[in-house]
Amino acid sequence: MTITLNNRQENFSGQEMTIAEIMQAKSFHFRMLVVKLNHQLIKREAYATTLVKAGDRLDIIHLVSGG
Amino acid sequence: MTYSTKISEILSVKTAGIAGAGGLGSNVAAALVRSGIGKLIIADFDTVSLPNLNRQFYFAAQTGMKKCNALKENLLAINPLARIEVHDCRVTPQNASAIFSECNIVVEAFDSAEEKSWFAEYMTGHFPRIPLVMGSGLAGRGGFERLKIQQADNLYVCGDQESDALPHAALTAPRVIMVAMMQADTVLGILLKEFNYDHHTE
Repeated sequence: MTITLNNRQENFSGQEMTIAEIMQAKSFHFRMLVVKLNHQLIKREAYATTLVKAGDRLDIIHLVSGG
Repeated sequence: MTYSTKISEILSVKTAGIAGAGGLGSNVAAALVRSGIGKLIIADFDTVSLPNLNRQFYFAAQTGMKKCNALKENLLAINPLARIEVHDCRVTPQNASAIFSECNIVVEAFDSAEEKSWFAEYMTGHFPRIPLVMGSGLAGRGGFERLKIQQADNLYVCGDQESDALPHAALTAPRVIMVAMMQADTVLGILLKEFNYDHHTE
């Protein structure tokens, strides 16, 4: 499937994947994230159960300390 | 009417909130006051200390002062007519709405990733129409080509989203201030959108 991940087109082998699976595939391992799927904020507890489908827009932002 | 006059005119009626007055917040505030922002609402609980002076917009004589009061003093030194509202408190989910709800735009300038996280969720959930300009990934030095601005709806994140402040890297003036300026520039871009202003216009 092709999705828009962080404003770029990306291909994944699955037809449907959870957000957690996509993070694993992309090696996103930061502890603090902001995740939006089709403009909706997704809570951490739902990463493993929320399904991403072809054509979806997924935004994953990494938050690290320093300010 | 010149471009600069038109820009000042638009910015003069805008209010920007700044959550945290450390390396990011203090420098963003200075840039926005210089740009002619109508009003700033700044919240911070901290006190100016000597180690802050390597990157934050404070002076040696101000150590021991509350950051919000010291910053107000410095901003008024830039422009005595600037409207600066300060809140000497830690921003929490209980007071964030009362402090920032009237803002046209809010800048996140906290130190820890945990604070950035709850604030992003809170503002996105409660005030989806107020643009939130965050900073993430600004420690160390070099790697300027990795600094970026990622946008997801009304959320803008400036920085490389990698270089964590602790425990591996120190916060240094050039990189912290550079990300602060990315945030300030993003604020101007959003507030001036109606005027369609960018660097090609002038």
